[in-house]
Amino acid sequence: MAMDTNLALVLLLTPFLGFLINIFFGKVLGKSVSGIIGTLSIVVSFLVSISFFLQISQTQQAINIQLFDWIQISKFHVSFGFLLDQLSVLWLLFVTGIGSLIHLYSISYMHDDENMHKFFSYLNLFIFFMISLVVGSNLLVMFIGWEGVGLCSYLLIGFWYKNQDFNDAAKKAFIMNRIGDLGLLIGIFILGNLFSTLDFVSLQTAISGAKNLDTFWLSIAALSLFIGACGKSAQIPLYTWLPDAMAGPTPVSALIHAATMVTAGIFMVSRLHFLFDLTPEIQTIIAVIGGVTSLVAATIGLVQTDIKKVLAYSTVSQLGLMFLALGFGAYEVAIFHVITHAFFKACLFLGSGSVIHGLHGEQDMRKMGGLKKAMPITFWTMLIASLAISGIPVFSGFFSKDEILMTAFHHNKPLWVVGSVASIMTAFYMFRLMFLTFFKDFRGTEEQKHHLHESPALITIPLIVLAVLAAIGGLISLPGNSWLNDYLAPLFAKLGQEEHALGSTEYMLMAIAVAGGFAGIGIAYAKYISKNEVPEEDAAITGVTKVLYNKYYIDELYDSVFVNSINTLSKFFRDYVETGISSVVFGFGKVTSELSFQGKKLQNGSVGLYLFAFVLGMCAIISYLFLAQQL
Amino acid sequence: MNVSLILIILLVGAFATYLAGDKLASKVALFFGIVATGCSIVLLNHFNLGENISYTSQWITVPKVSFALQADGLSLAMILLTTALTAIIILSSFDNDFKNSKAIYALILFMSFAMTGTFLASDGLLYYIFWELSLIPIYFIALIWGNGDAEERKKAVVKFFIYTLAGSLFMLVAFIYMYQKAGSFLIEDLYKLKLDINEQKWIFTAFFLAYAIKIPLIPFHTWQANVYQKAPTLGTMLLSGIMLKMGLYSLIRWQLPLAPLAAKEYMFIFIGVGIAGVIYGSIVALRQKDLKKLLAYSSLAHVGLIAAGTYTLTLDGFRGAVLQMIAHGFVVVGLFFAAEIIFRRYETRLIAEMGGIRSQSPKFTSMFLIMVLASVALPTTFNFIGEFTVLYSLSQINIWFAILGGTTIILGAYYMLKMFQHVMLGETNTKVFADVTFAEGLTMVLIIGVLFFFGMYPKPINDLITPSLESILKVINRA
Repeated sequence: MAMDTNLALVLLLTPFLGFLINIFFGKVLGKSVSGIIGTLSIVVSFLVSISFFLQISQTQQAINIQLFDWIQISKFHVSFGFLLDQLSVLWLLFVTGIGSLIHLYSISYMHDDENMHKFFSYLNLFIFFMISLVVGSNLLVMFIGWEGVGLCSYLLIGFWYKNQDFNDAAKKAFIMNRIGDLGLLIGIFILGNLFSTLDFVSLQTAISGAKNLDTFWLSIAALSLFIGACGKSAQIPLYTWLPDAMAGPTPVSALIHAATMVTAGIFMVSRLHFLFDLTPEIQTIIAVIGGVTSLVAATIGLVQTDIKKVLAYSTVSQLGLMFLALGFGAYEVAIFHVITHAFFKACLFLGSGSVIHGLHGEQDMRKMGGLKKAMPITFWTMLIASLAISGIPVFSGFFSKDEILMTAFHHNKPLWVVGSVASIMTAFYMFRLMFLTFFKDFRGTEEQKHHLHESPALITIPLIVLAVLAAIGGLISLPGNSWLNDYLAPLFAKLGQEEHALGSTEYMLMAIAVAGGFAGIGIAYAKYISKNEVPEEDAAITGVTKVLYNKYYIDELYDSVFVNSINTLSKFFRDYVETGISSVVFGFGKVTSELSFQGKKLQNGSVGLYLFAFVLGMCAIISYLFLAQQL
Repeated sequence: MNVSLILIILLVGAFATYLAGDKLASKVALFFGIVATGCSIVLLNHFNLGENISYTSQWITVPKVSFALQADGLSLAMILLTTALTAIIILSSFDNDFKNSKAIYALILFMSFAMTGTFLASDGLLYYIFWELSLIPIYFIALIWGNGDAEERKKAVVKFFIYTLAGSLFMLVAFIYMYQKAGSFLIEDLYKLKLDINEQKWIFTAFFLAYAIKIPLIPFHTWQANVYQKAPTLGTMLLSGIMLKMGLYSLIRWQLPLAPLAAKEYMFIFIGVGIAGVIYGSIVALRQKDLKKLLAYSSLAHVGLIAAGTYTLTLDGFRGAVLQMIAHGFVVVGLFFAAEIIFRRYETRLIAEMGGIRSQSPKFTSMFLIMVLASVALPTTFNFIGEFTVLYSLSQINIWFAILGGTTIILGAYYMLKMFQHVMLGETNTKVFADVTFAEGLTMVLIIGVLFFFGMYPKPINDLITPSLESILKVINRA
């Protein structure tokens, strides 16, 4: 037990140590050393995660560590503790694993930035908070991580702080997340009031063992928690921060805004599966929100021209699919997609980073093209990842997406249609991205063309590793023979019962999904290869495309409904209400003093007179209140 | 050994500082501030060992007034806050160059003396005297050493003085009324009074006026922003860091246990007033042009939530409120100090004239950012513990209170990050901004240390305050 505690502390505190070293001494140590320390601290956590993984796979026993009393509520205490079980260790593996790769990548990617040590310190801090989020043994320790990753996201989106647009994006991300956080807190309050505990294990015992559950409050709690998940995992209506978050350096987009942090909502719902299982109506809401988000985001992704924006909307859309699965109680399916998505989306973002790096900051796909020859490794790795996300067989995304759609088909046919359409669109926009970026002729400047080159090894090695994982990641959960389901079986009671062999329906669904994927790719091929189209300049975009290009004007809507009205209200309060209250409160004093001045010519402005006038005024208020009460 | 020792140290300190002359004043004052803090820690130890450190002696026979100082966990927590912040505030002004500095430093210690007395006094009249006494030094500090146009400043400060004094008079009336019934001003005698509901309503209202103006709660807050803006920063720190806690502390110590029936009857209204302050203060803060005014309104929002917590009449509400009082005391001092650090370099408080500071001063940026994050109650900071506990207590009364009060999580992040963006970020400012000096850095680091330490380990404070809050609750629930 002591051994486990020490290991858990190493797991958590090594990234924190990396943060401290880099923030205080990073500048002195120099860029390379700073990068190496930053990366190694995550590698250590990765190794510890592996050891926990091996231990838990073998013993199947969760490790529960309680360190000290943290927050005291009259009916219960919240301790600072860790829960290492199948779920948290799985998350740890890919958070620290992909985290290590992306740190490695960043050593090269950020090398020209004067504040590289800061970048690594923030990344380390992010991993620290992400680990607390995942291993927290109760809702409040999870909440530390939950808000902490939001902070790091804020710091990293606004990493280039001289640009106020980027700062706006960072602020927006933080505030939208906080809307969700309030929901999460309300959920926590309700659970605390109902069960007098916030500990995951105790909650599960309490909820599973209770006879007369207050289903109304349980549902409200589940809904509130889901609002929290919407904030962090960018679901409707709280998704608009994620595309703006692309203002951050690309490794950040890959790590935080694709592979890890944005999956926190899925983690939380899976963690509290015993709660959501009892609230079917909230599960339906989750499924619908997930399905609609996946479709809406996919449609926006169809027409974006910024390479990172396409990937951002794709992330929102894929997260939507995960929630679709969660809504049907298929936690293991959602988790499976979380993992494969982490592989291929991290690969895609890092690949786009490699392209942007090669073009010295260009992100507009209209100015790319023909990069295949100059950047073969980037091209091939991104191609594999694109095939994976498009659901083309044997690549990882095929298996995970297929399972989601199959689950949807069994539960709710309309949502299956929604998910399938979103998937076809995904295949289309991903290959639109690939064709526009890597095929045909280069459309940038001569200067850029002259300098085209493949990125250095520190960038390509993570790409290759991730591409391999994106290709074979599906192996962890093959239909009918799923290692993942067996591994997670102790957590989710329903697992095992539902696992059925593939019948003809399943094969047909699979065929439809694959055909859809190829259709999407085919349309993209016809448009961008055969017809050699290039998206129009911004000014020339019209009609439906314009609506999609402008993201359904949702940002504008939010601005005018919420942001502007609260600012107008603020101005109104500041300019009118404040002075109004002031003059009412002092009105009594003023009136009396004015009268006395006129009548008796007493020395105006003296403290005594004001005091007298004021007390008189207050007495008037009190007498009035008293009389009003008596009547 | 008893608590009067702290009062003696602070009073002697005030005189010694004045006699030390302008050159030595700040150092002597700091010395006494540190000694007072040390003394409170020593007393705390004695208290924790079960020793009686209260002090009572007969003072005036007709009317019967005692010099009664009662130290329980609640009072000791407030005294630790007062003495520690006094020392920090003195340290923070080391780089200032005040005219007649012996007077201002003496006044700070004298104010600290009066506030400590307020937190300790267990005789109604003695408490009232300390309460009013504390107003005098801050009046002079704001009037003489404040900034901006002298006439306008005088107007704002005099208004503040009269307003708070007038509010307190109602409290005095209530005390006199109770004295006639109980024949004593001692708190334990007053607690034993059996007052009917109508009497209690009067007393409740009278106390409320005194406290609502002092804290302040809306709509009694209109003096606040102007005085915070016009007072010298160390005066603003004294007001917002410690003095407003006198009002919040008094809600728990005096108002609620003296008029429990009224408190129960009015509970929803006054929780509502507190929460309205949270939302109103946050929204007004959003569009402030003056950095100190913005922080004043943010403070208005935070104390609204604290007051709402106390009016729940639950242990969680009380505990959260006290934790948040302490946390808020430290963070608000840190924030006003950040404003002062900027003022020392740019000689402006207008947010529009700032910006682009981050690229010039990484250390200051980090410190300021930590203050901002603590102020928006990021978990692991002390403020999260307080805010969480208060919101939790509100959720027990009615979930809508928690939701409405919880908007501070969103709105607070909005106005604070917006402020931080316009003050610190953006293209490098053309005006040079030197990074923090040693005294400035040390002040900030001390505050940050407190915020993180108790953010992770609030247990010592919880253990200290819980028994006294429980016994006050027992008094409240006696009927």
